Amino acid sequence: MDILLEYLKAFLVGGILCVIGQLLIDITKLTPARILVSFVVAGVILGALDIYEPVIDFAGAGATVPLTGFGNMLAKGMREAIDKDGFIGIFTGGFSACAAGVCAAIVFGFLVSIIFKKTDRTLQE
Amino acid sequence: MNITKKEYKTIAKKHEGTSKLYITLPKTFLIGGFICCIGQFFINLYSYLGLDIEKSGIMTTVTLVFLSALLTGLGLYERIAKHAGAGTLVPVTGFANAVVSPAMEFKSEGLILGTAAKMFVIAGPVIVYGILAAFIYGIIYYITGLFM
Repeated sequence: MDILLEYLKAFLVGGILCVIGQLLIDITKLTPARILVSFVVAGVILGALDIYEPVIDFAGAGATVPLTGFGNMLAKGMREAIDKDGFIGIFTGGFSACAAGVCAAIVFGFLVSIIFKKTDRTLQE
Repeated sequence: MNITKKEYKTIAKKHEGTSKLYITLPKTFLIGGFICCIGQFFINLYSYLGLDIEKSGIMTTVTLVFLSALLTGLGLYERIAKHAGAGTLVPVTGFANAVVSPAMEFKSEGLILGTAAKMFVIAGPVIVYGILAAFIYGIIYYITGLFM
């Protein structure tokens, strides 16, 4: 039962975050690229204010998988790097926090684009 | 039909929005929520395999990015995205799709200025503003740390 609840919470919170994105697209006419940027920056701000971590405790992947979770990770990584390395952490924190995600995107993105041929239309600006 | 640009705009607007929202929002919610459930599945799987919570989160991101890249390569991600709107955009899979899709599309322009450069058409701004925001927070956090 516990595990079901866990998935339900992830589903609800993740779904709601996506609906917010869709509403922003429909109402404000923000382009998809701007939505992505806004969500990451919003995640950084929410993470910096310690608001996002409780959401993750509640929703798990429902909060970490959306890009606000990516932003929160940047804020968290920044904090940890500064705690550990002081001033230098300001310069290392951001990139070390998002290293795995960005590296995966570059490597898999490169491999896929080499192997596959374009068949469909792309995400347009 | 003889209409001005302004008239056309109002007519076009009347036909595009409104009714669509009732259909797109539930789809966005379902597909976005479902992707997060897949994420939850991998977090649980990696935790079960012995990774701590932070590492299983990282591995989940890597896995989702891989799956999204693969589905984009196969042309399937766009097909889902057509229905899902922000449901496939907001999760980290949307970020991966935004990397792979232009990289594939501009392959014909070469490996350097095609694939590699266009990879960051959308991901670039995301990284730039994410890092900038984190940097600003870092400065504030560092300075307040000095006085407390």
